[in-house]
Amino acid sequence: MGWLTCERANQSAQQRGDGVNGPFDFTLALADDALIAAQRLAEWTTRAPEMEEDIALANIALDQLGAARLLLSYAGELEGAGRDEDALAYLRDDRQFRNVLLVELPNGDFAVTMAKLFFLAAYQLPLYTALAGCADERLAAIGGKARKESAYHLDHGALWVKRLGDGTEESHRRMQAAVDHVWPYTHELFAADPAAPVDPATLRPAFDEVVGPVLAEATLTRPGSAWAPAGGRAGVHSEHLAYLLAEMQVLHRAHPGAKW
Amino acid sequence: MVSVRSAAQRVAAGTDPRTAVASVVDPEIRVITIDELGILRAVEEDPASGRVTVTITPTYTGCPAMDVIRADIRRALAAAGHPDAEVRTVYSPPWSTDWISEGGRAKLAAAGIAPPAPVPAAGVVSLTLAVRCPRCGSPETEQVSRFGSTACKALWRCRSCSEPFDHLKAL
Repeated sequence: MGWLTCERANQSAQQRGDGVNGPFDFTLALADDALIAAQRLAEWTTRAPEMEEDIALANIALDQLGAARLLLSYAGELEGAGRDEDALAYLRDDRQFRNVLLVELPNGDFAVTMAKLFFLAAYQLPLYTALAGCADERLAAIGGKARKESAYHLDHGALWVKRLGDGTEESHRRMQAAVDHVWPYTHELFAADPAAPVDPATLRPAFDEVVGPVLAEATLTRPGSAWAPAGGRAGVHSEHLAYLLAEMQVLHRAHPGAKW
Repeated sequence: MVSVRSAAQRVAAGTDPRTAVASVVDPEIRVITIDELGILRAVEEDPASGRVTVTITPTYTGCPAMDVIRADIRRALAAAGHPDAEVRTVYSPPWSTDWISEGGRAKLAAAGIAPPAPVPAAGVVSLTLAVRCPRCGSPETEQVSRFGSTACKALWRCRSCSEPFDHLKAL
């Protein structure tokens, strides 16, 4: 797709240094993005503004969870410490999670959720597409699978951003407020990591290429804010993550090994 | 669960592994087999040990039916006289609706589920093609919801006969 060539990815894979930011950290970061996004989206179940949207958000959450499970399982294998997907999802504390802050932000109103969904998909689509061509076969398989789903999420988010932005005065006001609120958190998605299998910094042009025209069509203003909160990749999170994890992990921690 | 049991019961003892596994129906779209759906990738029998290795791939990464499908495969193989079975899941190449067989498409349509159009080539701008109503055949249809009762379906409605129907999304 031209976002990142296979050669570039292969080169990066070869450049991976010991202890710098190995594929374990990278894979875990992607897994945590997907897992926390899934958990947040699932909060909408039975509460979305219309039934069709309820189903849509649950389906997108399921896609994110599917990708998270594959990535967590692989991260566990890379680590080689015997941790499986459940151990990684349920038995780590907030400081051990590597997701970006964007996905842990509270859902807010529907416009905030759509802004988060749209920006996340506009990042995950080129990310997974680049992964599909990377040297690591497992990551390539996961990327090749997940990118198809991300493309659908991106369409869905873009449709709503346009519909709300170019809708009524009230929907426009709230969609703009949502974009303004979430925008600063998008910068963390593209923090440079030249040693990673895919350097997130290389994904920024593809993101801008998608986001710009959608915001314009939605009659929304692209925020100019330079504020760029970060820390998620290093385990320094907002207060929101611990509450989310408490709810997500309580059953497994109260009943170790519990299965459906 | 009654229907799951009957699916395995249809497999006669002595059936070859490939035929036995190919008869397993999709637990969420029960008119079509996993073979017709294109998620059954390989069935291999080790002639020495008799061990059967089945390779499947999910439609969507989060497909919640995978556990049931794995269990149904083992059940069908056991009924056919192959109790030693391993089910492997692969993700590459990713499943495509283009892998649904012609027979599978006809069965979907007969069950009121509009089959998917061919997947557009990579890089091609996606556009919404007319989806024919599986009941009356009219192309005058509209999408009601981009997502449906399962991850692989969307909800549509026919403007000619007014019936709602499922559409298997091209992927």
